[in-house]
Amino acid sequence: MTSVRMTGAIGYLPAAIADRASLAFLAVLAAVALAAPILNLAVPESSPLHLSSYAVGLIGKYLCYALLALAVDFIWGYCGILSLGHAAFFALGGYAMGMYLMRQIGARGVYGHPILPDFMVFLNWTDLPWFWYGFDRFWFAMGMVALAPGALAFAFGWLAFRSRVTGVYLSIMTQALTYALMLAFFRNDMGFGGNNGFTDFKDLLGFDLQSDATRSALLAATAVALGASYWLCRTVLASRAGRVLRAIRDAESRTRFLGYRVDAFKLWVFVLSAVLAGVAGALYVPQVGIINPSEFEPINSIEVVIWVAVGGRGTLWGAVAGAVLVNYAKTWFTGALPDLWLYALGALFVGVTLFLPRGLAGIRFPVRRGA
Amino acid sequence: MNADPRPAVEARAGGAGPDRGVPRRDRPRPADSASRRDAWRGKREAALRRQPSPLGGGVLYLQHVTVSFDGFKALDDLTLHVDPGELLCVIGPNGAGKTTMMDVITGKTRPDEGTVWFGNRIDLLALTEPEIVQVGIGRKFQKPTVFDFLTVFENLELALAGDKSFWHTLVARLTRSDRERIDAVLETTGLASRRDAPAGALAHGQKQWLEIGMLLMQEPKLLLVDEPVAGMTPQETERTGELLLSLAGRHSVVVVEHDMEFVRSIANRVAVLHEGRVLAEGDMDDVQGDPRVIEVYLGA
Repeated sequence: MTSVRMTGAIGYLPAAIADRASLAFLAVLAAVALAAPILNLAVPESSPLHLSSYAVGLIGKYLCYALLALAVDFIWGYCGILSLGHAAFFALGGYAMGMYLMRQIGARGVYGHPILPDFMVFLNWTDLPWFWYGFDRFWFAMGMVALAPGALAFAFGWLAFRSRVTGVYLSIMTQALTYALMLAFFRNDMGFGGNNGFTDFKDLLGFDLQSDATRSALLAATAVALGASYWLCRTVLASRAGRVLRAIRDAESRTRFLGYRVDAFKLWVFVLSAVLAGVAGALYVPQVGIINPSEFEPINSIEVVIWVAVGGRGTLWGAVAGAVLVNYAKTWFTGALPDLWLYALGALFVGVTLFLPRGLAGIRFPVRRGA
Repeated sequence: MNADPRPAVEARAGGAGPDRGVPRRDRPRPADSASRRDAWRGKREAALRRQPSPLGGGVLYLQHVTVSFDGFKALDDLTLHVDPGELLCVIGPNGAGKTTMMDVITGKTRPDEGTVWFGNRIDLLALTEPEIVQVGIGRKFQKPTVFDFLTVFENLELALAGDKSFWHTLVARLTRSDRERIDAVLETTGLASRRDAPAGALAHGQKQWLEIGMLLMQEPKLLLVDEPVAGMTPQETERTGELLLSLAGRHSVVVVEHDMEFVRSIANRVAVLHEGRVLAEGDMDDVQGDPRVIEVYLGA
């Protein structure tokens, strides 16, 4: 086992995150969360050390993707559930946050209606649909960020896992799920802004979304959410339930014969993973300023799986590293060689599958043992 | 053909007669078998005397069980019983229905007809697979399936009897008695020195013992063991026989096995399956002398 027994100064840390890789990961995350705002806000623009606001937004976005990758790796790497529809939960969390941000606009919209968002006025609606009630309150919207993806994952998982749908069939069904949601959200009469989705957000809890300070705060909040989610996943995995999850991954029917309700274990980790994906989406929307049905596109969910595979399935920090690296490459490619990006992504996936089956996290450098 | 002289299960389950608790081991045995008992047989008898079973009556009854797959009858009116603390060996040629019988008992396959009772009260056909495990039936598969990426200790921990819900396992901590129990099973199975090794690193025989150990952690009343010595070295086979004999008495054990020498060395009672039904049942010598058995199996 790779975990190291820690003593002394860091002995008070929970055992779940007291191994070397976790400590290094959390230290890097904390450094990013502190350094990015400082370099952006406190260092003058003339200095070479200054971090542009564009870069702050980009890093914040990468961290949201990292949280999504963490959610996928948690169920795929440790319980063998390959979800090809996790972008749906991400988008649902994003829509819940988007609804709050739309209500925050108030009368500052193009049409100046005090209650209705612009797209409803445009559609000649006179009343707010019932499912928009409550979204003017932050706590309610945050509840829905967790509840909407969680409830969908519960309903989907309850049906799928109870019927023992596994492997590629489950993956195909998750693709169908996200595709169906995409089609639904494209419709104008759904009440979620149709193909334009939500945009033109003004402020969050009264803070201007265009200001550098708010952007830095959102980046830091995303880093905190990522760190907390990492700790949460590690805690589950370090418990006996975590060992049951790995047992399910490796020999599902054997685990059932030990008397474990495999469907219940899968259901609860699927729900937890969906909620984490929803939180990632909710943090993503104010940082990129838009949410629309293209977030439900099946290809998005597949990309997440590629990030995890590249970073290293079954190591949470590897999934995070994979998400950041692949998205950094995407940013570079879509700027320099936009036509080649999809080919590069495909080549990367094939290459990793062939030569690095355990991803970047699986690379082992020769270590001199003893002496 | 079926030598079971006892009344039907339904009648036993219904009434609470005074004779329900008569231990089966008090039945008279064929006199000539005593002279042929080897050392293991002696150990088994000693184990039986030491540990009177807490169960009254039989442990398992299969009555008129029929299973067909697309018209082929894998089990055809099978009737069989298992006594408390006994080690029953089930033999038979390929396709005789041995594995299907195990599948029916563990709830993996539902029979078309017949009843399966665990003790006098529990109708196994009404239970799901995990529930059957919970009431006290453990099964060891033909191919050892241990969790390769978990350590030997963790494999046993997962097999620990108790609440197995998600929310309980999330907060569960090993108590001192849990640890002692795991250590005891590590001793019984001879795996104490491999405690922290990943199960994937064990030798074939050790994996089989680990799997038997995992069954023991569930404290089952009935152990179903499918071909325990397939692919084992003679030393491993001998060790496995000792292990199974040490379990009989405290548990009822049903062993499905091809290796006749092995069966001869451990079995007290043997049931021969053929074409989905019990062809012969009784002492190993009786069974081997049965002309029908010789014809379909042993003589071939």
